[in-house]
Amino acid sequence: MTEPAENLLLKVSGLQGWYGESHVLHGIDFEVRQGEVVTLLGRNGAGKTSTLLAIMGILAKRTGSITFQGTELIGMQPRHIARLGVALCPEERGIFSSLSVEENLMLPPRIAPDGLSVERIYDLFPNLYERRKSSQGTKLSGGEQQMLAIGRILRTGAKFLLLDEPTEGLAPVIVQQIGHTIAALKDEGFTIVLVEQNFRFAASVADRHYVVDQGKVVDMIPNDQLEQNAEKLHAYLGV
Amino acid sequence: MFELLGIPPQVLMGQLLLGLINGSFYAVLSLGLAVIFGLLNIINFAHGALYMAGAFVAWMLLNYFGIGYWPALVLAPLIVGALGIILERTMLSRLYHLDHLYGLLLTFGLALIIQGLFRNYYGISGLPYQIPDVLSGGQNLGFMFLPNYRAWVVVASIVVCLGTWFMIEKTRLGAYLRAATENPTLVGAFGVNVPIMIMLTYGFGVALAGFAGVLAAPIYSVNPIMGEQLIIVVFAVVVIGGMGSIMGAIITGYMLGIVEGLTRVIYPEGSAVVIFVIMAIVLMIKPEGLFGRPV
Repeated sequence: MTEPAENLLLKVSGLQGWYGESHVLHGIDFEVRQGEVVTLLGRNGAGKTSTLLAIMGILAKRTGSITFQGTELIGMQPRHIARLGVALCPEERGIFSSLSVEENLMLPPRIAPDGLSVERIYDLFPNLYERRKSSQGTKLSGGEQQMLAIGRILRTGAKFLLLDEPTEGLAPVIVQQIGHTIAALKDEGFTIVLVEQNFRFAASVADRHYVVDQGKVVDMIPNDQLEQNAEKLHAYLGV
Repeated sequence: MFELLGIPPQVLMGQLLLGLINGSFYAVLSLGLAVIFGLLNIINFAHGALYMAGAFVAWMLLNYFGIGYWPALVLAPLIVGALGIILERTMLSRLYHLDHLYGLLLTFGLALIIQGLFRNYYGISGLPYQIPDVLSGGQNLGFMFLPNYRAWVVVASIVVCLGTWFMIEKTRLGAYLRAATENPTLVGAFGVNVPIMIMLTYGFGVALAGFAGVLAAPIYSVNPIMGEQLIIVVFAVVVIGGMGSIMGAIITGYMLGIVEGLTRVIYPEGSAVVIFVIMAIVLMIKPEGLFGRPV
């Protein structure tokens, strides 16, 4: 693939991972540079989510190497990885039903001083401002829950975001809004790894795409070469 | 004066007060159990033994160090809480990845050991603990005599219960606790030190038991088996209220104390079993408990 760039933020090499006895990652290799939006594309069960969980340390049984700003993450606890400035927006969104919308938003502790202000987050997601006093975070619509899940990790000062299928099951107009948000975050200097099934959405926001299949990264396609590689990609994704 | 169902009001009010006192202990103890169960998923069978330890620590502070009731009300829960933290760090924390049953067995064993130790050194005849001077005596309310200390027990337990409820439901610290109860993995992935939270929660839960023990010391004699007798009823209270609801544990505690007191007036023979009868009925109609969330 590409030679290591100077502004390399994350480098994953030879990553293998297990859920108990079940071997799910068989050698994941990819890189993310500062300020990039990179997607992991692939079929269901290819290992995309597991890759994000391995980076975060939630998939604890993992070997190989994951370096973030030069620090090796293999063997580290999730809470220490979070403190380095890595934040996860999980696939199931992880909104807490016993917390109000505002409590959900304020929950993740600040780990660096330069996170987004609450005003800026409400600015990005006006729906959340209207629903902030709502008694239960889980009473929000799916789209609002997704915005809350993204919004709450923007406050913390983490600049490296792992977003797991943020558009899954959402109406087109909400998907569009999330696309605008990701673009706005990129402009503000966030680096984002995005797991996606929605290929058209991925193409609209990302700089580069890694194709994951059967627990391995099998290809890398820059966004500007998508057209030339459309057939190859369709074969990978089986669409 | 008026009579209700042929029961003199003095008797009725007296038993209601007694019920409210018992309810105060049920509430504080079941609250601690609910807080611990919420985050640790462990049914803390050592709770009664630690309640007893709270009473004994107060007794020891007085008799060995000359430290009186009021400082003991703060010190004894701190000491019992510290003991709980040691138990959590050295033993309980090794069981979180196993089935709940192991935590139950361990805390049950700990309860037997703690009780056995006190029994060995102090016997089971009970040790007296004086009511503090300020709270001796009582008020004649016309229809009944209200001992000051008993009024204090009710007030103190309500304040502690509401304080705990406020801390858990309305503060940022409580938000961490509620979130970690739902999804500890994700809270950890936000950078929160969940193991320390679990340790402090266990310490706090058993400190509540220690606090109840100090409150109980001047009413019941300080006795190694005082917790054993009480905790069986408290478990029934927890089952009725439903695990995991803070306000539910508090309300159920007071309510059942009062029901028990009323039963003692109306049908004295039934007072010892009424809570268990209610438990059986609740389990048949609403197995998750009155305030519990459906599983």
